[in-house]
Amino acid sequence: MSDREFGFATRTVHAGCRPDPTTGARALPIYQTTSYVFEDTESAAAYFNLQEYGNTYSRIVNPTVAAFEERIANLDGGAGAVAFASGLAAQVAALFTLLRPGDHIVASSALYGGTITQLKHVLGKLSVGLDFVDPDDPEAWRAAITDDTKLLFAETIGNPGGNILDIEKVAEIAHASECPLMVDNTFATPYLCKPLDWGADIVVYSATKFLGGHGTSLGGVVVDSGNFNWSNGRFPVVAEPSSAYHGLAFHETFGVYGYLMKLRAETLRDLGAALSPFNAFLLAQGVETLPLRMRQHVSNAQAVAKYLSSDKRVESVSYPSLAGSAYRNLAEKYLPEGAGSVFCFNLPGGREDGLHFIESLSLFSHLANVGDAKSLVIHPASTTHRQLSDEELVAAGIGPGTVRLSVGIEDADDLIWDLEHGLNALESK
Amino acid sequence: MHLPDYQQPEVIRRVLTRRRVAIVGLSGNELRASNFVGRYLLRNGYDVIPVNPREDSILGRKSYASLAEIPGSVDTVDVFRRPNAVPEIAREAVSIGAECLWLQFGVISEEGAEIAQSGGLDIVMDRCMKVEHARYLGRMHWLGFNTGRITALRGI
Repeated sequence: MSDREFGFATRTVHAGCRPDPTTGARALPIYQTTSYVFEDTESAAAYFNLQEYGNTYSRIVNPTVAAFEERIANLDGGAGAVAFASGLAAQVAALFTLLRPGDHIVASSALYGGTITQLKHVLGKLSVGLDFVDPDDPEAWRAAITDDTKLLFAETIGNPGGNILDIEKVAEIAHASECPLMVDNTFATPYLCKPLDWGADIVVYSATKFLGGHGTSLGGVVVDSGNFNWSNGRFPVVAEPSSAYHGLAFHETFGVYGYLMKLRAETLRDLGAALSPFNAFLLAQGVETLPLRMRQHVSNAQAVAKYLSSDKRVESVSYPSLAGSAYRNLAEKYLPEGAGSVFCFNLPGGREDGLHFIESLSLFSHLANVGDAKSLVIHPASTTHRQLSDEELVAAGIGPGTVRLSVGIEDADDLIWDLEHGLNALESK
Repeated sequence: MHLPDYQQPEVIRRVLTRRRVAIVGLSGNELRASNFVGRYLLRNGYDVIPVNPREDSILGRKSYASLAEIPGSVDTVDVFRRPNAVPEIAREAVSIGAECLWLQFGVISEEGAEIAQSGGLDIVMDRCMKVEHARYLGRMHWLGFNTGRITALRGI
């Protein structure tokens, strides 16, 4: 066997999917089964006791889902991964595994609206304290950390404001207080940025977006570096014997795999938001073309951003790679291949212009998703971020005339043609 | 000390083919990592020999007070002890003619490694024997862990 360090594109196609040992099937088999026959009673006990790696029940483990998990863990350079039914399910499970009532987290204020709602309301119900900070201000991160803080949380590329996180710096601040840094890397994917390489400890994804890439399937995944020391005294919920698993101390017993084992054997088992094998198949297949798609996504996004920023009818464009963007240096450091393909621009006419513009497009699809092969458009203030207050909207970088694009992999000229129609319609209204 | 020197895949795979494994510091407590590893290796066809002076028998196998008391040859000495206990264990491993000194996660000892190496033993350090078996020969991939294995060959 070769010990070669294979390249990223090779790993997108091969990681997690070796030929099926039973049938020789070369494509990833869809193990559409709820449960698995045990070899004998001793094996059954060993699997449930986590003494051996075994299939028990598809809410906890499934070979098709496991192939997708290993593929993402491999691409991100993590110890492993656990997949969930959606990105938000993955994220809340990642949080549940390390938090308990009375804990506190510090999060970027520039996050996906659904995440802001989840952190505020779901964690709030569980008595977990929360402070939002300006992600661009290291002092704000540092100042918000208390004795109860257990986590710092941010997005690589903020949704939809396009701010780029200084991952290395924020990870350093987190580690100085013996806390992990969790990063939502949905917009970048491991093709554009690997947060674990910059010191982040846990990465979460909505796989629904660029990983799957075709807008067909919901899914989420949590990747753990395995490097964080959960036995530092700050995380009894991970380190101490677990009453939910007959006294097992996950970090002591499983070491670098402790957090992942707890995430799967307790949190996924007990919250139940398992990824379906069929969705795992579609997501894993999507990942096989990740480098090809991401190259076209960022190349189109750059062309579209350049077009919009040179048009006088557009007030501003927030694409981080543009000259003049406050995030250009961070984008060059963390996203050298391109700052993704989701970004916003502002129309001077406010809310009315935003809606009218969207109604005038015929190639961009008006819907609430990003990261599809098809180009997408939405007006955040009236849809994805509707639940936010005006102050929260401003903090998230959203104005009344903000339009968010998710630039797909069509021909750039055709996308620009469509946007030109939208801008012309504003003049003739 | 450069840890990856003691984590070479070809050494690990060679050591895993040898079946007689003495586990120094094997615990009788079912919840301890060493017990997980011992049970796993037994279930996967290894001849596991407990070395723990405080127990008569662990996992249904007779427990020995030291490596020197084990009758017959030992292929691999797998260590779950504090790093400062390693040099002495390494000297014993050399004297009983073992072929490998395997130090588990967190058991890091440069002195122990040097003793074993000058005695002609293979060294694996800061790696888990259960995990490495599961990576190359077992089912680690069933739980979404990153095995790092890329191949188009049909196998297990």
